[in-house]
Amino acid sequence: MRGAKSAKWVVGAAVVALAATACGGGGSDTKAGGSNDGVVRAWWGDPQNPLEPANTNEVQGGKVMDMIFMDLKEYDPTTGKANLAAAQSITTNDQQNFTITLKPGLKFSDGTPVTSSSFVDAWNYGALVTNKQLNSYFFADIDGYDAVHPEAANAAPTAKTMSGLKVVNDTTFTVKLKQKFSTWPDRLGYKAFAPLPKSFFTDHAGYLNKPVGDGPYEVVSYTKGSSMKLVPNPYYTGASKPKNKGVLLKVYTDSATAYADLQAGNLDVLDDIPAEDLTHVKSDMSGRYLNQPAGIIQTISFPLNQKSWNAPGMDKVRLGLSMAIDRKTITQKIFQGTRTPATDLTSPVLGASGGYDPTMAGDATTYNPTKARQLIQQGGGIPGGHMTIGYNADSGSHKQWVDAVCNSINQVLGNNKACVGAPTGTFADFRNQITKGQMTQPFRSGWQMDYPLIDDFLTPLYATSGSSNDSHYSNPQFDKLINEANAAPNPAQATSLYQQAEKLLFKDMPVIPLWYQNGEAAWSSRVSNVTENAFSYPVYTDITVNNS
Amino acid sequence: MGRYVIRRLLQMVPVFIGTTFLIFVMVYALGDPVAAMFGDRAPDPATAAQIRHDLYLDHPLPLQYLHYMGQIFTGNFGKAATGQPVTELMGTAFPVTLRLTIVAFAIEAIAGIGLGLLAGLRRGRFADSGVLAFTLLVVAIPTFVTGYLLQYFVGVKWGLANPAVADGAPFSDLILPGVVLAGVSLAYVARLTRTSVAENSRADYLRTAVAKGLPRRRVVTVHLLRNSLIPVVTFLGTDIGGLMAGAVVTERIFNIHGVGYQLYQGILRQNPPTVVGFVTILVLIFLAANLLVDLLYAVLDPRIRYA
Repeated sequence: MRGAKSAKWVVGAAVVALAATACGGGGSDTKAGGSNDGVVRAWWGDPQNPLEPANTNEVQGGKVMDMIFMDLKEYDPTTGKANLAAAQSITTNDQQNFTITLKPGLKFSDGTPVTSSSFVDAWNYGALVTNKQLNSYFFADIDGYDAVHPEAANAAPTAKTMSGLKVVNDTTFTVKLKQKFSTWPDRLGYKAFAPLPKSFFTDHAGYLNKPVGDGPYEVVSYTKGSSMKLVPNPYYTGASKPKNKGVLLKVYTDSATAYADLQAGNLDVLDDIPAEDLTHVKSDMSGRYLNQPAGIIQTISFPLNQKSWNAPGMDKVRLGLSMAIDRKTITQKIFQGTRTPATDLTSPVLGASGGYDPTMAGDATTYNPTKARQLIQQGGGIPGGHMTIGYNADSGSHKQWVDAVCNSINQVLGNNKACVGAPTGTFADFRNQITKGQMTQPFRSGWQMDYPLIDDFLTPLYATSGSSNDSHYSNPQFDKLINEANAAPNPAQATSLYQQAEKLLFKDMPVIPLWYQNGEAAWSSRVSNVTENAFSYPVYTDITVNNS
Repeated sequence: MGRYVIRRLLQMVPVFIGTTFLIFVMVYALGDPVAAMFGDRAPDPATAAQIRHDLYLDHPLPLQYLHYMGQIFTGNFGKAATGQPVTELMGTAFPVTLRLTIVAFAIEAIAGIGLGLLAGLRRGRFADSGVLAFTLLVVAIPTFVTGYLLQYFVGVKWGLANPAVADGAPFSDLILPGVVLAGVSLAYVARLTRTSVAENSRADYLRTAVAKGLPRRRVVTVHLLRNSLIPVVTFLGTDIGGLMAGAVVTERIFNIHGVGYQLYQGILRQNPPTVVGFVTILVLIFLAANLLVDLLYAVLDPRIRYA
């Protein structure tokens, strides 16, 4: 009986497979965040990098950094102003040498003290090239950075620590910058500047499994790729004490699924509303929805390293193209009002004192078909009579708006073939072409601020050696104004100089400002007081759970 | 039969090497994974060079492949973008997908064969046309439509089940996605069974069985069904491989952190170790499933022998 014999084998294999799965899953069926435990259940995306402050450069990891770390300064959620937090004082006489004193008695959530070396060691770790931290350039202004992080690829560092950082005692340390930089202390609210406990250096792998910080929350459990549970940190003495009993961050495979779960009452806060639900989110959630500007601006960059786009007179064409785009209609029809037409190159979250000026662009971003046509003709027309706008096809709804922008330009020029979209398959490939300077035609670009300062919207993007100067723009006058602004004796003067520099950009038009991206959130009836800060993270500490 | 199995196993080696090499080349052809890590910012050359060196990306492609295969044989599948070892990802993703596969497979096999048998035994009557209409409908609607519709109505509107699968993928949450996933294959199984049953019910050996005076139950289950299942088993067997490869669409819709989702993430984030690692395991599963199907033929039809 050959048949029966093989049958036994098959059945045996099936039983083994079944047994394996029975042990594998199911066990961790955590119904955490149930009805009345006061824990907020919030949507989360899987962070793209290990959870270390100097290695987190995207929103999902940034949310966690925001919850578990308190920096020397913290940004006010509504005004974006940098206020002292872990620091008692930050003083300087010459805008170049800073003395930083910490508040006494600060502790990490594991009970160990926060000292000046917690900061100095963390910054040195973040800057050292062999640690491969994506945010290391944040420390580039500190004296001695070049020794730990040489610019050339494959060059070995000649030092392990930056000479500009000196520990004076447990609560004081000094920082020497390479050059004068008056607004530098306001940068210190960015989480790359967070302090790190001793355990980070002694047990790095263990730390990544359960990060420890000095912020309002502490991590109690972290299942990579699926969820993280945070509870209030008992040692936290700062200003934003949590008003709930904890937060459960849940990773969803798709925001549409999260939206269904929110409607079914299994999720409390969702800050990534799927595009297809935007038209009815207000009625679905009975008004529990917010939509406000965030520190993100979308632009179209011109490849100024290409002769065709940088020839004399092309500035008129670039300005004309900007005026040929009907921003208002596109933001309403395609984005359902979740983008705000741009009128400068910063963001409304900065506020007037921070450098935002809604009149900066003048009529450069106002839709004006007649003038646009005139300007483009005066400038000699689109190079070659035909242009494309490059975008990556793998994320976001870039195709829709690029097609709409091209359509708007084509209508103004009365030529159906003047502008078309040019998709690139993946974001990585797209970015690769841009950073290698291989773009020959305009392409989409976006900027999400690191900290709410006008400097962050200008220096990295338009200064001649800017780290993200994708359009290869270079104007000595602009560079000079930026340097003057950095050395200005007070932030108010600095801001005014930055604005003068920004004004030049509307003369040269290296990019077309399109719109500010808004932050959104929808929440269940189980929670109240949901707001978002300037980085468009929900302010988790303020969220309250009803009837708990 | 032992020799046959060994020969088949040996044939798997070139198939395995060929497929993994193709996947490896294709994933690396997608572009530089390091550039994407820096988001909208230009990568800092020194940091990027360090990362490339660490990931062995600073060597020519054939060397990278050899290095990668060498690591695989020592059980090191590399690391995902988050710094998590790929083996750890597999450890969480495969059991989840296997659970979904079991649910979907059970639904598809039981309902599919049941419907097919019903239609085959009542050819040309109402039940037969009913099954035909039903299967046509199921095949015609794409998975994401049934997925979102069922999720909205069953999960959100009527509140009968959770619209998203909870952590650890408990079986009770997997029934809804299982139905969606099984849908299309179920229709094929039903059609295949029906045709096969209809054909065999006119066969001589069946007439003999009836003439012998065997009870109808025995005629149908032992004589008719067992002989009619050969094409169905072929289909079901290859389908196991397909189901294990993870249903990218279904897993995304129902928040199932399985193989399909991890593959999708790996491609989105341009992480070659994740993609190549998972596909390598999937290739093995496909090969094993195919071997299993061939061995099963002998169980169903004693006339088939392997030597």
